[in-house]
Parts: sequence; structure tokens; C-alpha cells
Amino acid sequence: MKNKISILFLSLLLLHLPLYAQIDGEVIKAFKGDFLLKNARIYTVSSEILEGTDLLIQDGKIAAIGKGLPEENHLVIDCTGKRLYPGFIDSGTSLGLVEVNSLPETQDYMELGKVTPQMQALTAVNPNAVAIPVTRVSGVTTVLTQPRGGYFPGTAALIQLNGYTPDQMDAGFRAVLMNFPSAAKAGGYDSRSAETIQKEAEKALEEIDAIWEKASTYHQIQEKGGEVDYYPEMAHLARVVSGELPLFIEVNAAKDILSALEWVKDKEIDLVLTGVAEGWKVAEKLAEAGIPVITGPVLALPSRKSNAYDSSYANASVLQKAGVKVTIRTQDTENVRNLPFHAGFAAAYGMGTEEALKAITLHPAELFNVADKLGSLEVGKNATLFLADGDPFEPKTQIHQVFIDGYKIPMTNRHIRLYQEFLDREMKPEN
Amino acid sequence: MVRKILVSIIILTLFIGASQAQEIEKGDVFIQNANVITITDGVKENTDVWVKDGIIHQIGNQLQVPRDVPVIDASGKFLMPGIIDAHSHVALGAINEASSPITAEVKMEDVIDPFDIGIYRALAGGTTISHAMHGSANAIGGQNITLKHRYGTFNPGELVMEEAPRTIKFALGENPTRVHGRGKNLQPRSRMGVEAVIRNGFEEALQYKETWEAWNKVKDQKNNRQVPPTFNSRLETLLDILDGEIIIHCHSYRADEIYMLIQVCQDYGIDKIVFSHVNEGFKVAPELAKYTMGASVFSDWWAYKFEVYYSTAYNAAILTKNGVITSINSDSAELIRHLYHEAAKTQRYGGLSDEEALALITINPARQLGIDQWVGSIEEGKQADLVLFDKHPLSIYAIPQMTWVDGIKYFDREEDKTDQRLKVDPEETLEPMFLHADHINCMSDVDFYFTGFGRNLFEHNH
Repeated sequence: MKNKISILFLSLLLLHLPLYAQIDGEVIKAFKGDFLLKNARIYTVSSEILEGTDLLIQDGKIAAIGKGLPEENHLVIDCTGKRLYPGFIDSGTSLGLVEVNSLPETQDYMELGKVTPQMQALTAVNPNAVAIPVTRVSGVTTVLTQPRGGYFPGTAALIQLNGYTPDQMDAGFRAVLMNFPSAAKAGGYDSRSAETIQKEAEKALEEIDAIWEKASTYHQIQEKGGEVDYYPEMAHLARVVSGELPLFIEVNAAKDILSALEWVKDKEIDLVLTGVAEGWKVAEKLAEAGIPVITGPVLALPSRKSNAYDSSYANASVLQKAGVKVTIRTQDTENVRNLPFHAGFAAAYGMGTEEALKAITLHPAELFNVADKLGSLEVGKNATLFLADGDPFEPKTQIHQVFIDGYKIPMTNRHIRLYQEFLDREMKPEN
Repeated sequence: MVRKILVSIIILTLFIGASQAQEIEKGDVFIQNANVITITDGVKENTDVWVKDGIIHQIGNQLQVPRDVPVIDASGKFLMPGIIDAHSHVALGAINEASSPITAEVKMEDVIDPFDIGIYRALAGGTTISHAMHGSANAIGGQNITLKHRYGTFNPGELVMEEAPRTIKFALGENPTRVHGRGKNLQPRSRMGVEAVIRNGFEEALQYKETWEAWNKVKDQKNNRQVPPTFNSRLETLLDILDGEIIIHCHSYRADEIYMLIQVCQDYGIDKIVFSHVNEGFKVAPELAKYTMGASVFSDWWAYKFEVYYSTAYNAAILTKNGVITSINSDSAELIRHLYHEAAKTQRYGGLSDEEALALITINPARQLGIDQWVGSIEEGKQADLVLFDKHPLSIYAIPQMTWVDGIKYFDREEDKTDQRLKVDPEETLEPMFLHADHINCMSDVDFYFTGFGRNLFEHNH
């Protein structure tokens, strides 16, 4: 018996030896620990900027913020001359749902049918998408990832950009998405007449009304304890009708925004408008309605040829100044890392750095009901934050370290590894 | 009636004649007390730039203010040369002549659209020159045209930069193999076929040349009964490439295809070649440095199709540090509006200096287009294409304030009125809306070939 075991052990060892011999190079994993970040300039976002202050990370949380915190068994990181920010939050992306944009087999953001509210983005999030490490080293730690297409494309999920399973990435927020029917002429190929466009938009809204009615009925039957058939679309929409799940309505043309405001008027639901590209034309009305807005991309063409060249850059600022609560999204996949630059452009074109910073930290955290965990640097919140050597909106600033829920994130990705390999290549052509 | 028509023809002819003979407008301006980013000679603080008749006349400290010249107070502001975009499709009425794997005879000069609002938007982002290119459907595409953004003219000819040498579009990889191979069952269907198409094209051109040489020998002989060869503008153009009269700008992504074309060019003695997009250029940076006029890249675009999946945003930095002439281009009506910001990203991804980063959008693209003796830096004697920023142009907070081409101010943020269209369609009752997915791109005008194919093959850009 003993012999058998040792033979087994030996053969296992032999089996593994050549395998080990083929592996060369360091594997760097995210790891959790107690970290004392010393002497940083702390941009809390929720209150003032703290100079020369320490921040203690313990059990994934911000355990303490203060001057001269005692060094115990912590991993100490000297932050002298550097700044700490809460992790940036992108309020609208396809991150994790697409690997290569042009290859249908790697696109998992659209299901068949116009009414698929129960389709869960989180299910299709690939934790190993190459774009995830590419994104998070920029300080973007958290994104809303969204399905698209149809009237009710599905349910978006807020995810943290670290974890091996979708559940580990889940930041605990869901929103049902809706595309508001557009009465605008779509650029380029739309050859429909003005009347047709109007009629089609009205018809689409009637269809949505019918669906809404059905969902309301479904909800009422459930409320009264009645029996309902298995109808996952309506079961899910009923949760929106009841106000349990928020509804995010994508709408962009000014005229459509006004129609959408009319449509939601007598609905007592938790509501956010997204896109809102022409919000600047109807900012007062949006402010009056008191509905928060997720807008972006900021680095985008004006929505019409007659619009001012900077209308997309300035949109977030116009809305914010009118009194709308604004958050910013990239609506991107592989270049979500540009979120700080979108915010930077919004800042330059009227919003100012402070408000633009809120639009990608505290405001989205509040909008997504996770402000107890994310969005600012306060004791008790998750240790989702990053260390930079300057203003993170400035391209020349380097992001030195990212933490997500207390995990120290490896500051590398495929882009960086290719740089390391090819900057000074071996085997150059002879002169 | 006939008389009426005749009269209107005469008037029309006179009008066209007059507009063609019209001189390009040149301006005078005195820009005072700026931080002048010369590109080729450092940054000069508190410096004046005097522009006379569209040319930079004098650069210096506390120059005497000339009479009757508009003076711009640029105190605390940053003046740099007009930004040059080495890959654009702005101001073009058509992009792809996708009817054959080689269409060297077509010219973008014939489809210039002076009404494109994109020209004004580019100016508002400080871009004064764009290389208006044929699309990437064909292994050898059409001839490009270098434009100066003289927005306001109705005459397409006035947008052309007369001094610029001829250039032509080549394209490798997925686009030509998709359009011709998969779309029409024609060579090229693979990267092997792309090489074959290009080599066969050059060989055919050389045979054509021999035919003409043979004809020229006998044409004046007595009793010559031979028939002259047929003129072929496609092959004439390929011969001009072989003679070094045309600069190739080649759409490319993968290192293997880039290396292939370098070898083809070596075999045919071609050294005037610039690789565009060139996402995997970093893998063959030493070869690009040795054999080519460089690489024109995106700052950070990747993963929009498979051949750009193994990209890095550090591409421009790796290329620059390996001695490759490198530029950053837009290939987009959106990016052309903030190339200064795209250049700034090379400071995050690879830590390029201010000087290196700004060269990517000024003197380097000028060299790649063969126009660096006229533009691309602020030097006395060069053309006065200039842009004034309120802050350093590599800062995220920088906003272009004024843009000049040939000393004429075409953009002023203070005087910007909302609607800058030159032409409004009188039949348009509902103005179309463009959301960010609808950019014109390298593969425009191609999709109609593939109605039975499903649009998903062609929805992605570049």
C-alpha cells in the first residue's frame, strides 16, 4: 500500500515536472490584504481634499482615514506626492459582453425579439475578457454593462472589474433597459418621409403601451395573490411597474426626450434617462421633471449637422447647470479606459473638474444605489480606489495602483506586456 | 429659346472660368506674445509671429507691430502649427471604388465635397490639413488628395493643397479579402492573394511600359504597320509608383502583411511608402524604421475587428522610440476634431515628451505626405497654418481658440455661430440625426455589393 502511494506520488511528480519546466515567467494575481497608503492627497469627492493623509485598507474596506495612522502588520505604500481617488464608474458600456466588435460569435449583448427585459447582462459577462484588465489600470473600476436592441433589450448589471465569476464581479445593481421609439430621422440611410417616421414612432409607442398594460395587469394579479402563468418577460417587467427595479430609458433626440417625459409623467417608477444627446436643447424641461440623466459619449460628433461643433462636449455641462443630476458614460467596450478623458472634455467645456469628477464617481454610485459602498473615499466604504501622480483626467498622468474591494490589482495587461516585449526587440534587421 | 440657352451657357462658362482662375486667398496677421510651439525649434515664450501674405514672415520677441494688420493678443496662450491628419475621409463625396482589386486610376480629387461640415469641425479642433483618402476595399485603391481646410469656398479645387505630391491608397488584410475574396469570389481571398494582386499589378505595368517603348521605337519608321498600344490610366499610375512619383499610403494592421509589403517594395525599388493604421507596426518597428517613410497610427483604437485584437496603445511610443517616422491620424470625422488629445495619450502610454507627442500630428505627418517643406512647423518662410490654444494643447483642458490657414482665420471660438453649414437641402423637411455609430469610414460605399450577405459583415469600421 505504502509503495503504491509512493509510486503514485512519483508518477504524479514526473507527470508534472516537464509541465513546470515549460512555464517561464511570473504570474501576477490580484490579492487581498491590509494596505496602509501613507501620506497621500486624498480626493474624497464627498467632502474636501485631504492633504498628507493616510488611508487604511482592511478586509476590503476603507478602515480608517487620517494623519499618521500607526503602521502595524500592513503592507505600506508610500503615496507622497500622489493622489488617491475613488474608482471611476462608467454608467454605460458593453464591457465583458463583447470580445471582438466585428465578430458575431463574440457578441453577447443582443437577444432575439423586441421584448426581452429578463435577459441578464451579468450572465454573459466574461470575467476574462481581455478588455477588462486594459480598462481597470486607467482607474475605471466599475461599469454598468448593458444589453441592446429592441424595445426592452434586457437587464443591465453593475460590475466590478475584478473577479473570476460574474457573481464575484457583481456590484449589486440591476436596471431594466428600454429604448424609447424615435421620431427622428436616422442619419445616413433613412429614406422614410417625415410622416412615416412620425407614424412608425407612434405605433411603436402604442406597442410599448400595450406591453406596459400587460405587465401592469400581471403585477396586479400577483399583488392580489392570483395565479399567473410562466411568462418571464412580464414577470420581470412587473418588477419595474411596481417600482422594485429601475427603468433606464435610452432617448436622444430633443423631440423624443419631450415625448418620453410625457410618457413617464403618470408612472410611479424608478427612472433614469440615458443617452440624452440633445438634452442641451430641453435642459430646463429635464430639470423640471427631476429625472437623473446618464449622458455620453462626450467625445462624439454633434447629433446634427446644424448643431454647434462642441454640442456633445458641452451637453453634460448644460444639463448639470440647468439642475439635472448628470452622470457620464463612454458607451464603449474596448476603450472604456477613456472615461476620464470624456469627463475631462466635459470639464473643459463648462462643467469644471469637480462636477465632472462627481459625474463618474459619487453621482453614478447614488444613481445605482451603491453609495454606501462606492463613489467616494469614506471610512466604511469599499476599498475601490486608485493612486495617481496627478490629475487623472490629464493624459500625461500615470495611474500607479488600483484597488478593487481591497484587492491590489496587477498594473498590467496585454497592451503593457506587448510594450515590454517589443519596445526594444531582439533580432533587428542588419545595417 | 436657343439664344437664352446660349447666353446662359456663356455666362456659366465665364463664371466657372472666373472661379477657377481665382487666386487662393492669403492673409496677414500679427500674433502677439504667444508661447510659440515651433515643433522644430523648441517652445519660444512671449514671442510674436508676423504672417504676411499667407506666409510666416517673422518670428521674434517684441517685434514692431506692422500697420494695417490685424493683431491678436495671445498672452498666456499657446500657438502651434496647424494639425495635419494623414488619414481622413472628410470632404469626400465617395470613398470606395470597390469594383476591382486594383483601381489605381480613380482620383479622390474628383469627389471633393467643399460643403462637408466636417471641414469646419476639423478646423475647430485645430486641424488645417487632411489627407483625403480612398477607402480600403481594394489591394491597390485610388489616388488620394491632400486638402487644406479653406472652409467657405464652393469650389472643390480651392481645397486642394497644390504643392502636395501625389499619393495612393493600398490596403492589406481583412478588407480587400472580405470585399473581393469572400464577397465576389475574386482574388484576393487571403493575405497570399493580396501579395499576388500587388505583384501582378506591378508586373503588368512593366509589360505595359515595354509595349510602349517598343511602339515608340517603331512609330516614326516608314512603313510602320503596327497598331499603337491602348492608353491605360490604371497601369500608368502603377508605373508612376514604380518611378517614385507617388507615395503609397497603405491600410494595414498585422505585422506579417506589413512585412510582406515592405519586401514587395524592396523588390521593386520602392521606398516611398507609409503604413497607415498599422496596429501591429510595433512588432516590425525596426523594419519600418529602416525601409519606409513611417507609420501613421491610431492613438488607442483596437479590438473593433480581429486583425486589431493583438494591438497596444503603446504602438506610437514603441515606433517613435525605434526611430520610425510616426504620426497619429483620425480616419474619423470625430477624432479629426481632437487629434491634439489623441497625441497626448502617447504620454500616458509610453511617456513621450511634449515635443515627440506634438510631432506626431504636425511635422511627422507632413513628412509622410511630402509637404514638410511648406507646413508642419512654425518657421519663417513656411505657410501660415496655425492654431491658438488657451492652454497647452496636450492638456485635457485645452480648447482651440482660433485656426488659420494661409494666414486667413477660418475658426474663432468667440465668433462661432451655431449653424456652420454652407448649404441646406431645400427638400429636407426633417434634419437627420447622427449618433456616434454612424461615422463615415474606410468601408463606406461597399455594403451595396453584398445585399445577400447580411449587413453584419460591413457594419464595423475601418
